Amino acid sequence: MSSDTSNLSGISTLKAESIATALTPGQLIWRRFRKHRMALAGGIGIALLLLFIIIGSIIIPLKKANAVDLKAHLSPPSAEHWFGTDSTGRDSFSRIIYGGQISLIVGILAVVLAVSLGTVIGGVAAYYGSWVDALLMRFTEAMLSIPSLFLLIVLGKFLGKDVQTINIFGLSFSGSVGIVIVVIGLTSWMYLGRIVRANVLSLKEMDYISAAKSLGASNSRIFFSHLVPNTLGIIIVSATLGLAGAILSEAYVSFLGLGVQPPTASWGNMLTSAQSFIQRGAWWMWVFPSLFIIFTILSINLMGDGMRDAFDPHSSRHM
Amino acid sequence: MWTYLARRLVQALITLLIITILCFILTRLSADPMAQYATSQHMSAADREALRHRLGLDQPLPVQYLRWLGLAVQGELGNSFFSKQPVSLMITQRLPLTLVLMVTAEITTLATALLLGIISAVKQYSFLDNLITTFSFIGYSMPIFFIALGLILIFAVKFKQMGWPYMPTGADIWDPKDLGQLARHMVLPVSALVIITTANYSRFIRSSVLEVLGMDYVRTARAKGLTERAVLYKHALRNAALPFVTIVGLDIPYLLGGALVTESVFAWPGMGRLFWEYAQRGDFPVVLGVLLIVSTAVVLFTIITDMAYTLVDPRIRLG
Repeated sequence: MSSDTSNLSGISTLKAESIATALTPGQLIWRRFRKHRMALAGGIGIALLLLFIIIGSIIIPLKKANAVDLKAHLSPPSAEHWFGTDSTGRDSFSRIIYGGQISLIVGILAVVLAVSLGTVIGGVAAYYGSWVDALLMRFTEAMLSIPSLFLLIVLGKFLGKDVQTINIFGLSFSGSVGIVIVVIGLTSWMYLGRIVRANVLSLKEMDYISAAKSLGASNSRIFFSHLVPNTLGIIIVSATLGLAGAILSEAYVSFLGLGVQPPTASWGNMLTSAQSFIQRGAWWMWVFPSLFIIFTILSINLMGDGMRDAFDPHSSRHM
Repeated sequence: MWTYLARRLVQALITLLIITILCFILTRLSADPMAQYATSQHMSAADREALRHRLGLDQPLPVQYLRWLGLAVQGELGNSFFSKQPVSLMITQRLPLTLVLMVTAEITTLATALLLGIISAVKQYSFLDNLITTFSFIGYSMPIFFIALGLILIFAVKFKQMGWPYMPTGADIWDPKDLGQLARHMVLPVSALVIITTANYSRFIRSSVLEVLGMDYVRTARAKGLTERAVLYKHALRNAALPFVTIVGLDIPYLLGGALVTESVFAWPGMGRLFWEYAQRGDFPVVLGVLLIVSTAVVLFTIITDMAYTLVDPRIRLG
């Protein structure tokens, strides 16, 4: 692979070591990622956030996040309510923790759905070619041509006709959580689908694939030991950046009141009511959920950018 | 060139057909337009059935789709169920206000982003570059309603409390035909849009300019003794602008759709808000009309942008 040589020209510090010992692609990726200070900061940010949410939900029971206390409604931050309370007197600090759980779960599951769809559709289009490819690509293009927020709303209305409460592990969630996951997943696979298709198409023509074929490698061997590992980097990077997009989408649809429904908290729906009460100066309802959204998205984007550089064998920038 | 254009147009038609089918199914089935009459005392069940029949809502879905499509092709988008007005009239009423808002925001954004992006690239790794890059990264990770609500809190609510001249939030009643009032009401939504989009564009311009500055022909220009000014303006920026043409070209059609969240937060009577209000009511002719117009524009501008790109970049040959 050309990765070693391009690194040699770019990074003087790596030069000696690279010559002394041949590194596996995985080691090279980790090295490049570690050198990327911003990416590391993003990773630490995500770790801190996860710790905050996990420890928080162990200490504070879900009941506290959903407990209505009308006497304490709209109270500013205090020793008792660190982040203040909302219009029905629910404690914002506890809701940030449980809302964070929901926002992250929605983001992760939506990305899993989007990545599976994108990989399958892109892979099938590239593999079968001809009219299957043409039809799938026109469909992908159609989905991309509808502005994403419009699509999210239309699909949200379509799937959100009857919402039930789901009980899992003794916790009850609004069924809207499931719907939001499906809506975001179904509307965000298109870019990855195109990337996977292009990548598989170009890999199919590579010399080492022809070499493997002429050596008599089976289709499944070519698929699993050549095509998959060479596409995995792209998939992991766009899944990471897609996670930021999915969490942001959740915030947007919930902010508009179409997404996760109260009493279940999400960072997005905590801001829905902030919109009307900001006119009365309730700044805490706006600032805390927003800061958590921005911190999360920023950390994930930083990490994703670092991963993109790390997985790209031709990249020697930022180091 | 012409065969390429013809092929693109045929593909675009198929894409548009898929878009209409997709949107029709999603909007038509997401809510029962008759539901608003279900509790009406002035209407018996028999009346409702008669109305359903008169509107053609009792026919099989494919028949309804083809009838809608046949009329839509002739520019007839039907009437809103709620306001009873023709959809095309409602759209032409909202379009000017959306364009005023979006075009002002887009031009301001372009000017700001070009300035910041070029400074950032030319003074790479300087304090100013780090500052701009940090802010654009944060802006890129920010949901627009955070900025929008923040601007309302500071410039409308707090300024009013302090007794300073304050900005209107859009919640008041105002006349869009009065230019002074229009300008005053535009300040906050335009600022919100500019802050978010500038972050995105300036990142792009920075990396585009940096890439060009690293090219051999720029080194040649410097080596032959040209001033840094001439190198930058005559050589580098022209080529750095190429990919930017694509980005802007692809963004133009989205201006038609307005900014749904910004328009909702600031109660701006534009296309985005029209879509959102009528989507909530399940008024499918309006929703479908807006979707059709915006996505058709997106599909057409994709082709126009591609063609424009081949005109400005002679290296590209269409096959």
